Amino acid sequence: MGFGRYVATRVLLVLPTLFGVTLITFTLTYLLPGNPALVKAGPLATPEHIQEMERRMGLDRPVPVQYWRYLSGVLRGDFGESATTGRPVLDDFLQRVPATLELTLASMLIAIALGIPLGVVAAVRRDGPVDHASRLLGVGGVAMPTFWTGLLAVYFFFYQLGVAPPPLGRLSPGVTAPTALTGLHTIDALLTGNGRALASALHQLMLPALTLGFSVMAPVTRMVRATMLEILESDYIKAAWAAGLPRRTIVYGDALRNCMIPVITLIGVVFGFLMAGNVVVEIVFAWPGIGNYAVTSLLTKDAAPIQGFVLFVAAVYVLINLTVDLVYSVVDPRIRLR
Amino acid sequence: MTPLLEVRGLRVEFDTDEGTVGAVDAIDLTVRRGEILGLVGESGSGKSVTALAVFRLIRPPGRIAGGSICFDGRELLALPEEEMRRIRGAQIAMVFQSPRTALNPVLPVGRQIARLYRLHQGCTAAEARRRTLEMLGLVGIPEPERRAGQYAHQLSGGMCQRVMIAMALATSPRLLLADEPTTGLDVSIAAQILDLLRDLGRRTGASIVLITHDLGVVAGLCDRVAVMHAGQLVECADVRTLFREPAHPYTRALVRSIPRVDREVAMEPVPGVVPSLLEAPPGCRYADRCPDVLDVCRTVRPALSAMAPGHEVACYATEAARVAAPRG
Amino acid sequence: MRRNSLSLAALGAILAIILLALAAPLVAPYDPDAPQAADALQTPSWRHWLGTDIYGRDQLSRIVWAARVDLLVALAATAMALTTGCVVGALAGYRGGLVDQVVMRVVDTIMAFPAFILAMGITAAAGNATANVVVAIAITHVPIYARLIRSEMLRVREMEYAEAARTVGNRQRRIIFYHLLPNCFPPVIVQATLAMGFAILTVAALSFIGLGIQPPQSEWGAMTAEGAGYIVSGEWWLFLFPGLAIMVTVLAFNLVGDTLRDLLDPRMRGVA
Repeated sequence: MGFGRYVATRVLLVLPTLFGVTLITFTLTYLLPGNPALVKAGPLATPEHIQEMERRMGLDRPVPVQYWRYLSGVLRGDFGESATTGRPVLDDFLQRVPATLELTLASMLIAIALGIPLGVVAAVRRDGPVDHASRLLGVGGVAMPTFWTGLLAVYFFFYQLGVAPPPLGRLSPGVTAPTALTGLHTIDALLTGNGRALASALHQLMLPALTLGFSVMAPVTRMVRATMLEILESDYIKAAWAAGLPRRTIVYGDALRNCMIPVITLIGVVFGFLMAGNVVVEIVFAWPGIGNYAVTSLLTKDAAPIQGFVLFVAAVYVLINLTVDLVYSVVDPRIRLR
Repeated sequence: MTPLLEVRGLRVEFDTDEGTVGAVDAIDLTVRRGEILGLVGESGSGKSVTALAVFRLIRPPGRIAGGSICFDGRELLALPEEEMRRIRGAQIAMVFQSPRTALNPVLPVGRQIARLYRLHQGCTAAEARRRTLEMLGLVGIPEPERRAGQYAHQLSGGMCQRVMIAMALATSPRLLLADEPTTGLDVSIAAQILDLLRDLGRRTGASIVLITHDLGVVAGLCDRVAVMHAGQLVECADVRTLFREPAHPYTRALVRSIPRVDREVAMEPVPGVVPSLLEAPPGCRYADRCPDVLDVCRTVRPALSAMAPGHEVACYATEAARVAAPRG
Repeated sequence: MRRNSLSLAALGAILAIILLALAAPLVAPYDPDAPQAADALQTPSWRHWLGTDIYGRDQLSRIVWAARVDLLVALAATAMALTTGCVVGALAGYRGGLVDQVVMRVVDTIMAFPAFILAMGITAAAGNATANVVVAIAITHVPIYARLIRSEMLRVREMEYAEAARTVGNRQRRIIFYHLLPNCFPPVIVQATLAMGFAILTVAALSFIGLGIQPPQSEWGAMTAEGAGYIVSGEWWLFLFPGLAIMVTVLAFNLVGDTLRDLLDPRMRGVA
């Protein structure tokens, strides 16, 4: 199978999945108890008024028709309207996505930059102190609820030690946001040379990113360690030793190179964990991202933002996994040239 | 002239939760210059472990528990790791059992050979590449230029084994250990690979230790044979003697188990199973399977002793029969 | 050896937590819902081991009572997911064809969502009731078992005892559920133990963000959320102990699950 054809097949396979995803979010939005027309019409509406509202919203139509309207809406970028902000959900999203993106990327960077070396060293020096630490992290880290880790961090670093700022958003009070280029405050501040904003943004980002990074570091370390151990026991590594290659070449050349390929698939898994962790971390640190937006909408029983959020996250998740698969097929010669 | 490799009293043990496994139990083994020695035994008899021990590549929970390995007059077990590393690949090389998994899956095979030239002989990249292609041609790989750029999974099993051999011989080692080099290969391919090994051995003057469970292969290829059973070396002789006059009961059973068309007696498998090596009792480990077992076999291990010049056996029963024979 | 004593300790911890939860009315020193204005916001002491909240409710008693909710929800969700997953997975694996296609497409679709996000969406849509939380978590866990059982089924259905069961003329349902399914159980039990830990984390996180179990019902995640508000005033015990309860429980289930996997996974057995 040629590479082009592989890509095409893989991309086509995503379509039914995305279709299924919209089917589920549609079910969540329309078929479960709670009449959106009732909510929209307000508490003082008369039955006639509600009926009128239902007709306007298309709720009296057959379910497939409703689904079609929903799907075509979604494809046009219409995720409904937030009852709280009175704005289209998509607009609210776009405004908040950079905050979530900044947090997610920073956490991923932390998890990967610390988790991969830790897993590698743990495997190479099996049963050494680093290995014991990594196993402790492996079992302990995954058992800690992310929101609790965040609260612990706030308690120690903000309340006790005073080295972290209060957990209240992306910038300290009084600091103006840097000129928006990417929407990521740290990057924007760097690009515009805004030192004050950069310091403040990094300071604010520190604890939430560490919290979230820590929560996904455990699975990363665990998987890297297991993969690396398996590789170090493999025949070709034995052959490399027998060929007299230096230890450094074997461990950090041959073994690590082979280890990085399955680790790429980790990115997809990590992203799933990050999406879940994002929601609670954004709450703990009052981070103005889409997770925070969705939860705030929950408290006001505002359905459209939540369902839009679920759909949005799932779509991103599917696309990330698709990208991971494609990247995987590029870097692994066994798939590429089959 | 001293032998190329002289192993004395080598013991390799593995520590497990249940106790110590004596995988190699004080074996003596000599490899002469330029010869092909067959090291035979059932699986689990410690052949491959012995080979890895020569490379000093026994990893925890295993360890070399005693003995000496003398290569070309140098005691390998006493060398600093860095010097040992310079010997591996350069002077002692290994051909592994399953060629496909013994090649790095994400490096083109040519690069895997070329880097050995650069490492062990200090070649430039261009020189290494030139010699790689030459070596690939030498081991009988057609279109070396194209093959060099390919990955292990794109080559057939026989082709992979040729690459492995090219890798092992790249730096003209003086000792080549080939661990079941034909496992999983088609019979005709296997024969080609064995011929290739013999030719290259002759051409370079390297000694070869052929590790196998297949006596048929040994008969066709080797000069001398050493037989291992459950981590112990039980008999060592030149190939003719071993097949004509196998002395140890285990060797006799092995020879009887070779399928042969020219013989009327049916082939018999070796009776019994390889005993557990976990906390093995002293004495001969073949005792429980042996038809000629004596009481002493279970308590004191028989030493390897010369029956005839160049024919050594470790067995009390054989010894007793030999001593008794002239009288009776 | 040390590994085993750790797993035994974890197993002991699970049993102790379950016992505490069952015996909550007997062992909890105070009524978890009774406000005691005079005792408000007390630091941990001999009278109140884990302190009290703003209403003077005893934190230890609330955590013990909350164990009932968290364990019950996680257990019910796991049981529901396990039953559903096993049935559909077995059918898909044994029957193949269209049934298999449909089941696997549904499973793939569920797995296209990050589990917590889907659970969040379902609970948000279905409303805050404990039963809804159970169903939401169960739905996100079904794929684990369905896929596992399906692949196990594909493996065992070709084996001799399946052939033997067919030859003697058993009905298909009986073959699947009586003869084949039990052979798939070991990996399922391992998964279920590990999934318990995950389910507890999910219940807690849902309650933390205000979904699912509602106050005044005690629940570890909700209690942590209440406690979060007191960090800046220094009442650390309010967020610390409920979170610790979650961590210890999840840790115990994970340790036992890991050990079971090592015991039941034949590839790990008897490595010399």
